[in-house]
Amino acid sequence: MAAIRIDQDLCIGCGLCVRVCANDGVKVESRRASITENCIACGLCIDACPKGALSREASHASADLSAWSGMMVVAQTDKSATPLPVAYELVGAARDLAHERGCSLRVLVVSGSQPGCQCTGGYAPLIDAGADEVLVVKDPAFAIPDGAAIGQAVAQVIEQLKPEAVLFGATDLGREVAPRVARELSCGLTADCTQLALDQEGLLLQTRPAFGGNLLATIASPATRPQMATVRPGVFSRPEPQKGRCGTIYHLTAAPSSVPGIQVLSEEPASSGASIADAEVLVVVGRGIRDKKALPTMERLAALLGGQVACTRPVVEAGWMGHESQVGQTGVSVAPRVLVSMGVSGAIQHLAGISGAKTVIAVNEDPDAPIFSVAQAGAVADCRQVADEWVKFLEEAAAHSA
Amino acid sequence: MSCEPVRPSKEDSVSFDKQTTWEGAPFSVTVLMKAVPASTEVAMDPVTHTIVRDGGAAVLNPYDTAALELALELKAQLEGEGVPVVVSVLSMGISATADLLRDAVARGANRALLLSDRAFAGSDTLATSYALELGLRELGDQDLVLCGKMAVDGDTAQIGPEVAAGRRWPCVTGALSVEPAPLPQMTRAALAEAGLVASQVFEGEKRRVGVPLPCVVTVDKDAAALRMPSVTGVLEAQKSQVEVRGAAQLGADLAQCGLEGSPTQVVRCCVPETSGACRLLAGSPAQIAEQLSAIVDQSEGA
Repeated sequence: MAAIRIDQDLCIGCGLCVRVCANDGVKVESRRASITENCIACGLCIDACPKGALSREASHASADLSAWSGMMVVAQTDKSATPLPVAYELVGAARDLAHERGCSLRVLVVSGSQPGCQCTGGYAPLIDAGADEVLVVKDPAFAIPDGAAIGQAVAQVIEQLKPEAVLFGATDLGREVAPRVARELSCGLTADCTQLALDQEGLLLQTRPAFGGNLLATIASPATRPQMATVRPGVFSRPEPQKGRCGTIYHLTAAPSSVPGIQVLSEEPASSGASIADAEVLVVVGRGIRDKKALPTMERLAALLGGQVACTRPVVEAGWMGHESQVGQTGVSVAPRVLVSMGVSGAIQHLAGISGAKTVIAVNEDPDAPIFSVAQAGAVADCRQVADEWVKFLEEAAAHSA
Repeated sequence: MSCEPVRPSKEDSVSFDKQTTWEGAPFSVTVLMKAVPASTEVAMDPVTHTIVRDGGAAVLNPYDTAALELALELKAQLEGEGVPVVVSVLSMGISATADLLRDAVARGANRALLLSDRAFAGSDTLATSYALELGLRELGDQDLVLCGKMAVDGDTAQIGPEVAAGRRWPCVTGALSVEPAPLPQMTRAALAEAGLVASQVFEGEKRRVGVPLPCVVTVDKDAAALRMPSVTGVLEAQKSQVEVRGAAQLGADLAQCGLEGSPTQVVRCCVPETSGACRLLAGSPAQIAEQLSAIVDQSEGA
């Protein structure tokens, strides 16, 4: 891993590096810059230096990575052993990467089942979506979604097949399994990626919001394999199935887990209401609604549009709405047909959660609000006034048609 | 997964005369804590596209403070049943983090250990979990490790599961509560086997899980609000020493520490570009509402 180096002959002590650093990672004393213990090697200072005095120390010689090739997606299944939608979204993204790289795509399914069951019908759609091989590890031991047991099984398969990159869905289970695999294999893992790409050498470039969502950080693992990333449901779109694609389904076995298992004592659906992740129409409210009293109007608007109300992190932190309604990097990723954004500024963290929305409409008083950069249409106005008028308009329209 | 499910019932918890025959070292709980910026809102200079820092102070990650409160509540409960408990706080960070750990002692923690060394700087989650595992070893045998589900400045939620994998322990993520499984006789062996009962929201389900000890439990921010320091706690904290260890004292393999031990590296940071493709509507709020309504109607056919 590369640290930041400062060429003292070139440094003029201007302090621009200090100004751009979000981490107190560089300081200037006696008109000379130096790196502090807070440096996370993000490289912002390299770009900011007018004299080119900062650079990245070359990575040290790495182990032989040529044995690792091909893409892998770890596909999570539901209780009936059917792959989750996020598995298909990952297969679609990995398919494109594998195509660009000229390599194969394997999909690994670890799921619980009755012993001896070898049914394969449920996994053929993964091949239609782009998998060249589907590897199925079925064992009653995986019937309880326990990250420890599943993580060890995934790590075993990865060690044997040596894929160069592995993608996981950032579900609750995926967010436990992926770090466990990373620790077992001592490899890099980037959480909640919103973009995946390859550089000229075929290195996986993993982009995610950073610094409270004000920046996008692109992360790579140049010296270790596999390169691993998690992606939240709804970030990528589900690929169109290609009926009749050729692929093979293999059944594998994994050694039993060496970690004591957890027991599920009771289980019930967390909320009776419909999930905002599945909503066709969403009215998302931000701090711009200014007062909890504006919520009933927004709820009325959402109901008239046939949708639901969701919100941003500050609205949750103000206690106006619950965490289950929060859209964004630390909340729910949504993919509605229409997203009406009311008084939302649009921090990257929030935008990361709405990238699946087809049409975004934004109303905000600040013409420079980043939300307008992703909206197809919008208005610089007080969202509360617009909502009042919109409700009035829709109620009148409904009255006329009745 | 071959062992029988632990199913505590109400009868179990009331019908026995509790006996505690605790032998050996106290029940040891360690809370992993991270210092984070007081505000995660970093303002951007719209002209230079650089970050404008407010120079805000560091605080303990709010998810970790919830974990500390659960640890202190568990301590009170177990001590009520005659089990001696030691709650330690462990952090990796700059030397100033010691003040935050001292605050944790004021609120009820018994011991504080800070891992601080230039060699740890620039750690990603893998190198951080390696260092924290060394810290846990330094603290002695552990029965339970608690930490926040994630840190507000990193949002990765990886440390808990990585530490659990490193120790080959089970892990429960995003817990809203933890309590010891009800036991007729409180012995170390019985408690380790019966373990804890934790509640969490997992894949859209509210569930209660039994987890054997030792284990890692990551805690949701909403689980508990950290208590205020007590007068005796503050006096205790003034007397107490935050133990500080460097990489060499921990016997760390430097190839697994800091930047050197971090597989991931940031290759680029950028301010996202704006597309500028937004069609801005003009007019009174009523006129805007009418136009927006038409756009929603159009999207229905798309």
